[in-house]
Amino acid sequence: MVEFLARNGRATLNHLAEAGRAGTLLFRVILGGYRLRRDWSLLLKQLYMVGVLSVAIIVVSGLFIGMVLALQGYNVLVDYGAEESLGPLVALSLLRELGPVVTALLFAGRAGSSLTAEIGLMKATEQLSSLEMMAVDPLKRVIAPRFWAGVICMPLLALMFNAVGILGGFLVGVEWLGVDQGSYWSIMQAAVDWQDDLLNGVIKSVVFALVVTWIAVFKGFDAVPTAEGVSRATTETVVHSSLAVLALDFVLTAVMFG
Amino acid sequence: MEKRKIEVLVGLFIVGALAALLLLALRVVGDNMLDGGNSYRLQARFDNIGGLKERAPVKIGGVVVGRVDNIVLDGQSWVPVVEMVIDSRYSGLSEHSSAAVLTSGLLGEQYVGITPGFIDEEEGTALLKDGGSIRDTKSALVFENLISQFLYNQDNK
Amino acid sequence: MSNEPIVAISNLTFRRGERVIFRDLSLTIPRGKVVAIMGPSGIGKTTLLRLIGGQLRAERGVVAFNGEDVGQMSRSRLFEVRKQMGMLFQSGALFTDMTIFDNVALPLREHTNLPEPLLRALVLMKLESVGLRGACELMPAELSGGMARRAALARTLALDPALIMYDEPFTGQDPITLGVLAKLIRELNDALGMTSIVVSHDVHEVMAIADYVYLIADQQIIGEGQPQALRDSTSPLVNQFMLGQPDGPVPFHYPARPFAEDLAQLGGARG
Repeated sequence: MVEFLARNGRATLNHLAEAGRAGTLLFRVILGGYRLRRDWSLLLKQLYMVGVLSVAIIVVSGLFIGMVLALQGYNVLVDYGAEESLGPLVALSLLRELGPVVTALLFAGRAGSSLTAEIGLMKATEQLSSLEMMAVDPLKRVIAPRFWAGVICMPLLALMFNAVGILGGFLVGVEWLGVDQGSYWSIMQAAVDWQDDLLNGVIKSVVFALVVTWIAVFKGFDAVPTAEGVSRATTETVVHSSLAVLALDFVLTAVMFG
Repeated sequence: MEKRKIEVLVGLFIVGALAALLLLALRVVGDNMLDGGNSYRLQARFDNIGGLKERAPVKIGGVVVGRVDNIVLDGQSWVPVVEMVIDSRYSGLSEHSSAAVLTSGLLGEQYVGITPGFIDEEEGTALLKDGGSIRDTKSALVFENLISQFLYNQDNK
Repeated sequence: MSNEPIVAISNLTFRRGERVIFRDLSLTIPRGKVVAIMGPSGIGKTTLLRLIGGQLRAERGVVAFNGEDVGQMSRSRLFEVRKQMGMLFQSGALFTDMTIFDNVALPLREHTNLPEPLLRALVLMKLESVGLRGACELMPAELSGGMARRAALARTLALDPALIMYDEPFTGQDPITLGVLAKLIRELNDALGMTSIVVSHDVHEVMAIADYVYLIADQQIIGEGQPQALRDSTSPLVNQFMLGQPDGPVPFHYPARPFAEDLAQLGGARG
């Protein structure tokens, strides 16, 4: 019994300490000094690594999810003779939920894991230490550009995901299943609101971007510098950030649409 | 050289995201004329609003001219009051205009349809102004009422 | 510069978790010399370098660099001081995503605002001094281990530090590379007027280039002196290490209870 308590107490303390380190890291990354010219070129490179390289998976997934939504939605709606409502169904599902959430999950798997692995390996091969010994703060030089790149890229990727998904829904709904083209767009326009749907979706995706990128860079920076430690950190990034995204999505949905 | 390529690709990425935003803003999101200020408000009292919801469209002859902004129950007369925001391009409705809660399709969304009233120039009919009220209203058709009415008529034959 | 030692460690105690790494350890690194710190693996030689570099903090005792306690410095002061130190890591720790040239240029770009042509000249000079000017456009992955270490050395030299710390520079190198590295360490030290600390357990190479040697084992210094003095030492501990005897005061076996007891227990379990 005592041992059980001791073990749990220790685990709790470890988690608290980890949260503390994560908080410190975020604080120092955000408030660390910036030097415009140098930081811009570092950021540019990470925008490429994190953003450009994720476009393919986001676009393809968005297209397929939009098409599936249209197909499934059509089959249900057609029974009630309400297939014109396909447009709002596809658009609202994407803008409010699937766009931000699926983008965040894909981003965690595609970019988050590679951020963690890269930073963890830099730690394991003493690159971070050697930066410190060169009097260069790795938080500014390595972590900050990656963090900001993630925060900038994910909402942009979510916008692409939404747009492509709605086009995918159009392809299946209108081109294939024969929903009237005019009503696909016009009923969608009547149902989708700029603030309630588009803006709230973007806000969600900014929140997810912060959380997923934060977890990814922290797990890398905090990784045990061995092969096993880095692989564990990479797994933890994907698992923790996926769970965080789903839980936060519930909270945000309750606040925004509840 | 390498850096140039990255710059171009990141540029394309951002242009792509902006294009996506543009598509969403222009084709997907509805006209949002009502927040802009170029609008005026009307009220209408219905006996029964059926399934009408806030943000439902207000149409004249099928053209969307505004939205339902607010639905409250008048605490004294126990009648629902529907407040609508109408684009000021469509001002100058006669006070003889009538409003009805209608349904698009059998199971579709409910909306408010306004039928413009005549304007009698000799008698000088008043126009509906900001905050004005449409007095002639028709309530939503409630399915159960329709059916019982139908059955009642059958029995009487 | 005075005769004051560049690094002075006094009464240092450092613990990692429950394990004591150093107990009451004192040593000084005189200016301008090549000082070797030797000892069996796993006794915290690298830890000592990290303590000097301020990446770890002592539990008790003082680690002074130019007379200033590294453990008490603020973060920004520490970063200032580190510009005068260089550390060559065991793996080289080159940044794998940039060319050798950019690797060497990195500290200069971070800490100075030199115009590009001057920067280029400086970097090529540093690379020339380690014999890798021709390799400046290669990526680190394209270099052999020895060359990577030399490139990392050029990067460490970039800011002209007063002190360079070498962490196991000879490990896993072929005899030719080994000779090259040893010669480089000695020559750079003398030509640039630096101080070098070499952490290693390669007795032969280290003895050839060091001015002074500290032998660390068992949380403490077990021997010190000029290389010849150490060779002539009568201490069994020193002798064991210098001659590479498998067993002696440093036991071959990890501490355990008597083997017979373990065997007896096995027998008991079966019976």
